[in-house]
Amino acid sequence: MLSVQNLHATVGETEILKGLTLEVPAGEVHAIMGPNGAGKSTLSYVLTGRQGYEVTEGGATLDGEDLLALAPDERAAKGLFLSFQYPLEIPGVPALTFIRTALNAQRKARGEKEITAPEFLKLARQKAADLKIDFEMLKRALNVGFSGGEKKRMEIFQMAMLSPRFLILDETDSGLDIDALRIVSEGVNALRSPDRAMLVITHYQRLLDYIKPDRVHVLAGGRIVASGGPELALELERDGYDRYAKAA
Amino acid sequence: MSVAAAIRTRDVGELPSRRDEDWRWTDLRGLIRVLPQPSEVFTGDLAALPLDRLAADHHLLVNGGDARIDVAAGKKTLVALRLVSRGAGAHASRVTIHLAAGARLRLMESYESDGGSVCQTALTITLAEGAVLERIVLAQDHEDAVSVSQAEVRLSPTADFGQTVVTGGARRQRIETRVVHPGGRASVRLDGVYLLADKRHADHTTVVAHEGVDGTTNQLIKGVARDQARGVFQGKIIVAEGSDRTDARMGHHALILSDRAEVDAKPELEIYADDVSCAHGNTVGAMDEEALFYARQRGIPEPEARAMLTEAFIGQVIDRIWFEDARRVVRMWAAERLRV
Repeated sequence: MLSVQNLHATVGETEILKGLTLEVPAGEVHAIMGPNGAGKSTLSYVLTGRQGYEVTEGGATLDGEDLLALAPDERAAKGLFLSFQYPLEIPGVPALTFIRTALNAQRKARGEKEITAPEFLKLARQKAADLKIDFEMLKRALNVGFSGGEKKRMEIFQMAMLSPRFLILDETDSGLDIDALRIVSEGVNALRSPDRAMLVITHYQRLLDYIKPDRVHVLAGGRIVASGGPELALELERDGYDRYAKAA
Repeated sequence: MSVAAAIRTRDVGELPSRRDEDWRWTDLRGLIRVLPQPSEVFTGDLAALPLDRLAADHHLLVNGGDARIDVAAGKKTLVALRLVSRGAGAHASRVTIHLAAGARLRLMESYESDGGSVCQTALTITLAEGAVLERIVLAQDHEDAVSVSQAEVRLSPTADFGQTVVTGGARRQRIETRVVHPGGRASVRLDGVYLLADKRHADHTTVVAHEGVDGTTNQLIKGVARDQARGVFQGKIIVAEGSDRTDARMGHHALILSDRAEVDAKPELEIYADDVSCAHGNTVGAMDEEALFYARQRGIPEPEARAMLTEAFIGQVIDRIWFEDARRVVRMWAAERLRV
């Protein structure tokens, strides 16, 4: 599914990713953990095509297709979704309008038929109920005046509505209380399937109690410096990142 | 010195220039070397506009002329006032509008031109006690046109005046509104939207003079300038001595979408009373690139994402229009201009 080969990327003059290699097969959930400044968010931005992140070497493919050659919206239409660490506020655009525009743009890009208004509303009502989101909130401007937890929940709602194939969750647990964390995790787990894969970026092990990873990678100094099973996350929680920071 | 006098006498020396403080961003003297011949009488047909269709009563002025709109006490009506320039001549128009006590008027005012005309429109608007006027101005001028509209509005206590000016600019265009505000629970809303492309220019100039206690003014102007366009906002609110408990808010926010576009803004509050609540905010900036990336990450292609964010930006002004049908027409007009 996702294959990242020897990825080097710079922001401005600074090289942040220094030869990152990672394979996430379909059906699996991989966690990326690492100290602050290791390049975790940079990885998510490079994969999704944010401006200002320049790839100087290496590559990334999704199902064999070169991701880096595509525009951000084209990558989204291929099924790549990033749940933002800090979701943006979109004044003046109701959440439902935004999501419907996105969904139809993706469908159009894939040569599919647009979703009708009744179909869309039915789907939205069902997904909102699953995530315990008040439907009225979806009529308000997206994320404007929402709390940190509401914004994260709205990311998962969008994910459920857009039904992507490859999900990147960037620090989705930050700003969530225990109840919100449980609801968000249930939302994410509901999307687990044999033809989907996920990359869960997190600083703390806590999220991984809820979203159980198949593999855990340690990102330090712009490279994956260790990989293992779920037990690696527990070990990191106990011993910290010092050892890996030195290795990097 | 006035634009009307310049048109009448064909003396360019009468035109305001950048040496006039109030006109320094909309210099006409420096632009117009020779005033064109007076516009000819127009006898052709004109197609109806979407805003016209909303109205019960129509006033049409082509290449100048006078119009008078009176609304009797307690009466409620919807009027279209259409000011049209045909050809490349010069002309002036005069419009007098009076609302008697308790009268209600929805005024759909439009400006159109099809060439390098030079025109000026003077409006005198008076509202008696308890009258309500919503003035919606849609200016669709030609890129070669020079157009100046100047309204003098005088309110009585307890009258409500709401205005939304929507414009795509012209070669040089100024839409000016001067309001004498008596306080006395009268209220004023002075909104505007400008969407400018190419080398177009639009100037929103407003002055509100609060001359009594308990008056409110609320203003929100938003604009978008791309290419080499230039937007101008000059807003002044004066609160005279003793006009206590005046509540005045002014906001102007603009997006500049290219390196060569320009927005000039001069928000002014002149307060001579002690007990007032006044605020103003002014921002001019580029589109929020992070919001744009966020929308694209969700699958919305760049041009569509830009149009969506810009439409939402100015939509906050359009939402303040009281008359729902007009809101719809204006929103469609704006959407068409933004999706290019």
